[in-house]
Amino acid sequence: MNGAHDMGGMHGFGPVEDEPVHPIFHGDWEKKAFALTLACGGLGQWSIDEARYARERQPPAQYLDNTYYEQWLHGVETMLVEKGLVTPEELETGKAAGPGTVPALPADRVFKALQQGSPYIREVPNAPLFAVGSTVRVRTFHPSGHTRAPRYLRGHVGTVVMHHGAHVFADTSATGDHKTAHHLYNVSFAADELWGPQSQGGAVHADLWEPYLEPA
Amino acid sequence: MSGHDHHHHHDHDHHHDHDHDHEHPRLSELQLRVKALESLLVEKGLVDPAALDVFVDTYETKVGPRNGAAVVAKAWTDPAFKKQLLEDPSTTIKSFGFEGRQGEHMVVVENTDTVHNLVVCTLCSCYPWPVLGLPPVWYKSAPYRSRAVNDPRGVLADFGTALPDDVEIRVWDSTAEMRYLVLPQRPAGTEDLSEEELADLVTRNSMIGVETVQYPARQEAAE
Repeated sequence: MNGAHDMGGMHGFGPVEDEPVHPIFHGDWEKKAFALTLACGGLGQWSIDEARYARERQPPAQYLDNTYYEQWLHGVETMLVEKGLVTPEELETGKAAGPGTVPALPADRVFKALQQGSPYIREVPNAPLFAVGSTVRVRTFHPSGHTRAPRYLRGHVGTVVMHHGAHVFADTSATGDHKTAHHLYNVSFAADELWGPQSQGGAVHADLWEPYLEPA
Repeated sequence: MSGHDHHHHHDHDHHHDHDHDHEHPRLSELQLRVKALESLLVEKGLVDPAALDVFVDTYETKVGPRNGAAVVAKAWTDPAFKKQLLEDPSTTIKSFGFEGRQGEHMVVVENTDTVHNLVVCTLCSCYPWPVLGLPPVWYKSAPYRSRAVNDPRGVLADFGTALPDDVEIRVWDSTAEMRYLVLPQRPAGTEDLSEEELADLVTRNSMIGVETVQYPARQEAAE
């Protein structure tokens, strides 16, 4: 979707400000928002793409006004309700109307779960359409659902520099289909191709799934 | 974690976009909202309260940029290791025990005299957790996410980093589940340093690509 989250190339946000010190969390509520999001992710009821899509679906003005962990908090609340683990009334009142339907991830399994992660590489029957060195164009498309093809790359021509194998396809994973996979490529775009007269030269690389690309 | 990454003076309050005084009602509202969610989920048995502490402790004390710095220092001192790291990054990094969530599929990009690499996620905040820990606030901010791709030299200047005009900047936008680690250049004059001493020079920001590694190490600005 063409949401406020798709920020590449936007103007007007001002300078990047480093912090004098880098606290991992700013206050207890950030710790809780972070840990609750990971603990609920550990229930295994949704993919990372569904969680991202839940954050992106906020109205643009709200998305831009939120701090980072407010996006997470909004995302986890949305997923809990949409997956039927919590009712809107429970969320509103903070009181449980009944017990949960799936077991919590126990503390003694957290470290192992983090260490295992969730690999996204898959076997697919079809051979890759593109090889390293192929010239490709990012399709001009504007899906209203989740996509990982940033707007600033659509319609532009680049060169395939890596083939990562086939990975779970974010666009369908965000709809609850966690199986569909497509070949994933790293594509290099000359900065001149993307930004024209404002280019500083050099290149921008992005990882793009085969359905985003066409031969050029 | 390290405090050597800073160059600007900031108010102590200015950690955060919404920490200003007039935002305090919003902060208390957030604190209440998160507490209510926690107690609801614990009451329903969907969350083990002890698990929450493990998540926080892992990224506050166990997993951070020292991991990545150890990998970089070894690559600087062992050419065979460096070759392996660039050719098969996921397996090589895993040999340190650095693996898992948000680092399942790694790519290492090497800075040279002619190429400088910079990592961003324009769509959210993708970042290689097992080697760098959780991202700093600026990495997740709109200014960085918007400008890294079309104004990389301006972004580097925000960090006090200036590169010669003939150095090509390659920006890596983390648009899928591949995660990127920059292998910075080893600074001159460090021939006699041990691997451990070298690791101490490697900053988080240099492994994202907004700084180069300095020797002697960057001085911390006075608080």
